[in-house]
Amino acid sequence: MTTSSSGTLRRFFDSDIFHSFRQNPVVMIAALVTVICVGGAIFAPWIAPHNPFNLKELDLNDAFTPPSWQAEGQPKFLLGTDDQGRDILSTIMHGARVSLLVGFCAVLFAMSVGVTLGLLSGYVGGALGSVLMRVADVQLSFPSILVALLIDGVARTALPRDLHSEIALYVVIFAIGIANWPQFARTVRGSTLVERNKEYVQAARVIGLHPILIMLRHVLPNVLGPVLVIATLSLGLAIITEATLSFLGVGVPPTQPSLGTLIRVGNDFLFSGEWWMTIFPGGALITLVLAVNLLGDWLRDALNPKLR
Amino acid sequence: MIAFVVSRLLQSIVVMLTVAFIAFALFTFVGDPILIMLGQDYTQAQYDALKEALGLDKPFHVQFYKFIGNALQGQFGISYRLARPVNQLILERLPATLELTAMAAMLALLVGLPMGVYTGLRRDAWLSRIFLVVSLIGVSLPTFLIGILLILTFAVQLGILPSFGRGDVVKLGNWSTGFLTLSGIKALVLPAVTLSLFQLTLIMRLVRSEMLEVLRTDYIKFARARGLSNRAVNFGHALKNTLVPVITITGLQIGGLIAFAIVTETVFQWPGMGLLFIQSVNNADVPVMAAYLLLVGFFFVVINLIVDLLYYVVDPRLRVDRSVAGH
Repeated sequence: MTTSSSGTLRRFFDSDIFHSFRQNPVVMIAALVTVICVGGAIFAPWIAPHNPFNLKELDLNDAFTPPSWQAEGQPKFLLGTDDQGRDILSTIMHGARVSLLVGFCAVLFAMSVGVTLGLLSGYVGGALGSVLMRVADVQLSFPSILVALLIDGVARTALPRDLHSEIALYVVIFAIGIANWPQFARTVRGSTLVERNKEYVQAARVIGLHPILIMLRHVLPNVLGPVLVIATLSLGLAIITEATLSFLGVGVPPTQPSLGTLIRVGNDFLFSGEWWMTIFPGGALITLVLAVNLLGDWLRDALNPKLR
Repeated sequence: MIAFVVSRLLQSIVVMLTVAFIAFALFTFVGDPILIMLGQDYTQAQYDALKEALGLDKPFHVQFYKFIGNALQGQFGISYRLARPVNQLILERLPATLELTAMAAMLALLVGLPMGVYTGLRRDAWLSRIFLVVSLIGVSLPTFLIGILLILTFAVQLGILPSFGRGDVVKLGNWSTGFLTLSGIKALVLPAVTLSLFQLTLIMRLVRSEMLEVLRTDYIKFARARGLSNRAVNFGHALKNTLVPVITITGLQIGGLIAFAIVTETVFQWPGMGLLFIQSVNNADVPVMAAYLLLVGFFFVVINLIVDLLYYVVDPRLRVDRSVAGH
């Protein structure tokens, strides 16, 4: 057990991907920034300096405190406070948690739907395959943010108000996930069509293995590479989409503010001079998305042998 | 050719019917229009009479057929929120959105194309590197954040441009235009820049990669060997051959502009269709939502159809591929 896992580790450190990672300082910084952002978000309840959602800790006298390096700033509020006296740094950490949660789940959802339908369409083919791809084509011609906005808007109108505010988070995940499945499906279908005719698949078929087992155990592992790249690139897009929906006021519920919600709230105070309420959450969003996108770009180049 | 056009048309009709179905389902299953019209006090007989008068007792497919008939004539009912006919509301808002979108599209093309050509020709110049870094940031920045940053800089700090609304508009018949007054043009600057930035970086990157590809081909080397001037080679031969994908992507991006106009209009409180849509979503104003859905669906289907047909006309290779794949 230990020897095999240390063997895997050594294989990873000797691999081309790790080598190209070490050659590229920009990517290393991006990875570091991503780790810091994700870590800060995951552990926010324990490491954030304040608990912004504990009403007992809030004091309205602290509202609109500027960042600590300004004349009226207080050292205990590093990045200042918002209109309710909540510490901006803490709300950003909790907000990034919601943003990342929605982003991850949406990509995971899009990936499972897309990979399943792509495998089916590529391996089984026939009328089902072409219909699925037609649907994907048509949906791809609409921008994903519009699709997500429409699904979210329709759900918001169709569901009773109480029920909706309860499941709003899932609705957003569903909307963004559905908006992004076609890319996964098209890629997986393309690689499945190639793999299907290879000898190992034919051999598995000759043994009499069930088609579902062939798809899951033999085809799937061999088409996952590009899926990983698309997933990384979609994560940045999903986080932006969620932030945009929340900024428009149709995203996550106000009780669970994401980075987009924070920016929307801050935007109301832009003209009265409280710029820190908008700029810091916005900066956090940009940093996170930029780092994830850089990682995705690098992964695409590193996994694509044509570019080497 | 005819088979291709017919199949594309059929596909467009199927898409439009799907969109219409969603819009209609929204109408049918969300809220009860009869209750809204009758108010608090009513008898069962009144309810049934109104139901029959509105045709709501008819089977589903008959109602759907009627809905499509009405939609084709531009009848979408009355807004729950504003108590005015929906088609009037949309017609009032249409000019604002179209002027914003057109301006943004022009900006993206007129700035993005030269930037792409420059970065393609002078790969290693420092200006090219700056353009590329800026474009990476442009892709990672969400539209609404760009808008907020522009407002903060030019409206709050410098105070030279307005941050919301359309300024003074001039009525030309049914069309209200902001192009004819100074305040209208000033109000257009920030929203148009915000909306165009993403498409601008996209066009720039596309033109750059296409230029790099084309400059490597044999006919470019041959043109240089013939002693043609740099200008003739770069613009007469290279740029010309990069334009096919650029036209396609730009065409498709006009649809994207309409989608992102929702965001831009919200940031700048621009009185267009996107803002109307967001307000309807927040107030469960179903007739306006349904009409917007149909209209945007229609825009997209028409744009995609035109781009597909243009592509087919411009690129002869495609005709061979498609007909082989089709038979």
